[in-house]
This record gives sequence, structure tokens and C-alpha cells, in this order.
Amino acid sequence: MQKYSVFSLVKNAFTNHQDWEVAWKDPEPKKEYDVIIIGGGGHGLATAYYLAKEHSITNVAILEKGWIGGGNVGRNTTILRSNYMFDSNAHFYEFGMKLWETLSQELNYNVMYSPRGIINLAHSDAQMNAYARRGNSMRLNGIDAILLSRDEIKQMIPFADFSETCRFPIHGGLMQPRGGTARHDAVAWGYARQADSMGVDIIQNCEVTGFDVNNGKIEGVQTSRGSIKTKKVGLCVAGSTTLLADMLNMRLPIEAHVLQACVSEPVKPLLHQVVTFGAGHFYCSQSDKGEMVMGGDLDGYNSYAQRGNMPMIQHVLTGGLAVFPNFSRLKMLRTWGGIMDMSMDGSPIIDKTHIDGVYLNCGWCYGGFKATPSSGWVFAHTIAQDKVHELNSDFNLERFHSGKIIDEKGVGPKPWIG
Amino acid sequence: MLEIKCPYCGKRSQNEFSYGGDATVKRPTLGKEISTEDWDNFVYFRDNPRGKHTELWHHVSGCRQWFKASRDTATHEIFDTCKMNEAFNE
Repeated sequence: MQKYSVFSLVKNAFTNHQDWEVAWKDPEPKKEYDVIIIGGGGHGLATAYYLAKEHSITNVAILEKGWIGGGNVGRNTTILRSNYMFDSNAHFYEFGMKLWETLSQELNYNVMYSPRGIINLAHSDAQMNAYARRGNSMRLNGIDAILLSRDEIKQMIPFADFSETCRFPIHGGLMQPRGGTARHDAVAWGYARQADSMGVDIIQNCEVTGFDVNNGKIEGVQTSRGSIKTKKVGLCVAGSTTLLADMLNMRLPIEAHVLQACVSEPVKPLLHQVVTFGAGHFYCSQSDKGEMVMGGDLDGYNSYAQRGNMPMIQHVLTGGLAVFPNFSRLKMLRTWGGIMDMSMDGSPIIDKTHIDGVYLNCGWCYGGFKATPSSGWVFAHTIAQDKVHELNSDFNLERFHSGKIIDEKGVGPKPWIG
Repeated sequence: MLEIKCPYCGKRSQNEFSYGGDATVKRPTLGKEISTEDWDNFVYFRDNPRGKHTELWHHVSGCRQWFKASRDTATHEIFDTCKMNEAFNE
């Protein structure tokens, strides 16, 4: 594989950039693979990469219905963080943060990792107490957290509404300085390129239409490009998980919901952190191109549509203007939607299933992007060893029967409210 | 903006309504002995179809009645709505 560096860039400049190798091949599916990963998004690509790198399993295919990186890994708002209170989440996401820190070097692909800090705004003494508690929990788990006063926040984002009469006056906030952003397409492409170089077949425009299960054991998959034999299948299809689970007679604690995001026209550097305004159902960061990247709540009804409706965009931006009044003069560039696999406790499921050789990776709700490296890493382990890793042992399916649910937000099994 | 036909008030815009989730979920009969698995299925597990979905809506900024809607989760088309104790026409 061609190594990307400033030297290769200069060298290729002399030939008008006509001689770059393709980043990944476009192979025909083989008759049989050791492992098939369904879903060529961030998690699927990362899983294939870590299967090859950590477990030397390279006879692997990624089957993608559309094109790689066309689903949620290209539709999220690119935020990285590990500011969780519960141990299971804290350990898992912090493991991921450590992978993010060296990902560009590891993949030889600039994922534009930017630890610019993430600030959650607080608007009452009670909320400050809750944030102090969460910050302390984070620090006990070795995660960075700083409780910020109103004045400290005013220095960071002076253009926010700090008037005394606004509906939600800013009392302070909780900051994770190592939180930040990364370029989501680069993450998908970087993993794809490395996985391909180690022998993984990335097969696009290949939809899975059925499974061959015999005596409770997976033997192969049916696809729009023929049947393929395999001993192990990993499901990494986010919002489409139920559609595949139905083919396997698996009923899951998941609902599909649409979440929208939007970006403004690019403007000069203004917002240097990721800021969440939970009271107004709004969060924002500024991309390296200068666009304000904004998001908020689910549209609020079951949907597989990958596009949303105007009322939620209006609701989110109304909240946004309450905290950043100067955004009122920004023009909107575009809006889009993605399908979230909302689990009933807000936490993911990375587990084996009742079918021997079928592994499940789903339930990411609206937090899947930041988990891309850690999800791929533990899922590769789970598939390779046929055993969950300590880091994903709590993200099991059994918890919905045992009662050991991981409800970080405490909203209960109503995903459209969370 | 969805246009939703409240069975009591007629067609209104979506922002008068709030969503109540899958209407096919039935709470186990009160006092009846059931397995924990039945209870878990009621609380956490859903069919989550891509296509026709029977669901609850609340006309919260109108007549305040709950009702059922049959809606396509892939296209957002609403086929029919009816009162809680009625069946869809289609």
C-alpha cells in the first residue's frame, strides 16, 4: 500500500496526481469467507480493520448495500467525547478516546482529530450539582472533566446570551477538554483503506437478502450478488438492524427513529468548542470549513426515511437562537437526516446472539460516531474469540431480561422522548 | 410538516400533536400471573417495522384525545386514523 506523506504528495504533484493508487479495490465477492461483516459504515469498517490487525483474520468481506460511508458515519455531527457517568459507558468510551488520539497515525490517514473541548451548559444550581456529580464520576474513571463557572464560560463563548433576563441563564457548565471532533468521512475511508490493504474485501452495492442458518448455526448469507458461505457474520447496520434481525427471527429492544442535523454557510472562526445547550435541545460546533454544525432532538416518531420534517429543524434552531442570538443572521446551507437504532435504555448492544456465529452490534442511538474505534475493536474481539470482551460485557442483550439496564439519561423505554 | 387527521377534530398540522409510540403493545392483564419474559417483552421489545406501523398520537394542543394512526415509517404517509376503541377503515 502506498504510504501517504508530504513526500508522496510532492512526488505525485510532478505527475499531476494521475498516478495515485486506488485507496481500496472493488472486488467480486468470493464463494466463501471466514467472517462477513454486514454494513460498510464506520463500525463495520473498523471491525474488519481490527479483525485483520489484532486477530490476523483477513479472509473477511464487508457487504454494503449502498456505498461505504453513505449512512450514519457520513451523517453525524462528528463529535467525540467520553463524558459518561456510568462505569460501563465511561470505560468503553474512554478506551475509544485513547484510540482517537492516535488514529491518524495508526491509519496513515488524517482524520482531523480535534480535541477542542466539549461544554455542556447548565442553567440552575440543581443542574450544576448534577454536573459536579457527573464530572466527579468521570474523574474517578480517569476521564478529564472541569466544572466551569459562568465567568469562565463567558470568556470562552462571549457571544452567548449572558443577559439576566433570558429564559435559561447560563449558570456554568461541565467541560471535557479532550472531547472534540474528527472528520467523519476520513474515518470511514481511513479504516477502509487499511482493511483493504490487509486483504479485506469491501463489496459495495451488495444487499443482504437472507441468511442460511442450519441447526442454530450460520452457514452463509444470501445477497443481491449471489450466495456467500461463511462461519461468522457480524451485523453493523445501525438503523436497519431490525430488518436483518427479522430474517433471523430475532426481536430486539430497538426502534428506528430519524435524527436531523444541519449546517450553516461558512463564517470566520467564532466557536472554538463543541457546546451543548440541553435545555434548548440544541448543540453546535464549527467545522474546519467554518460552517456551524448543528443538531438537536429526534423528529419524534418511528421512521426509516433518512429525512426529516421542518418542525424539528425549527424547534432546534429556535433553541439555538436562544443561546446564540447572533446566529440569527446565518444562512442555512443544508439539512439532512439519518436513521438511529434507538435502544430501550439508550446504550448499545454488542453481543453474541442465539444463533451460533451471528454477532450483533447495534443500539447506538445518536452516539455511534464517537464509538467507531472502540466499537470496532471490541466487536472484532467478540467475533474472533467468540466471547465478549470485558469492555462490552455489560452491553449485552440479556440486560433487558435481567434488569441490569444502562439508562444513562434515566428516560425509560420511550426513545422518542430521550 | 405532517398533516394528521384527529378522529375528533379533523385535519390539523403535526405540531398540535405528540407521539405515543407503538399502539400494538398491550400491557399484560392486571393481576394475571405472567412470566418475566412476557413482562420484558411488553416493556422493551418492539416489532419496529419498515412500512405500515400502528401507533398512538395525542392531540395535546387540541382536544387532548389519544387516538390510533396507521402510518408508513418509510414514506411517512398516513393511511388512516381512528378512535382508540375503533378499527381502521382500510
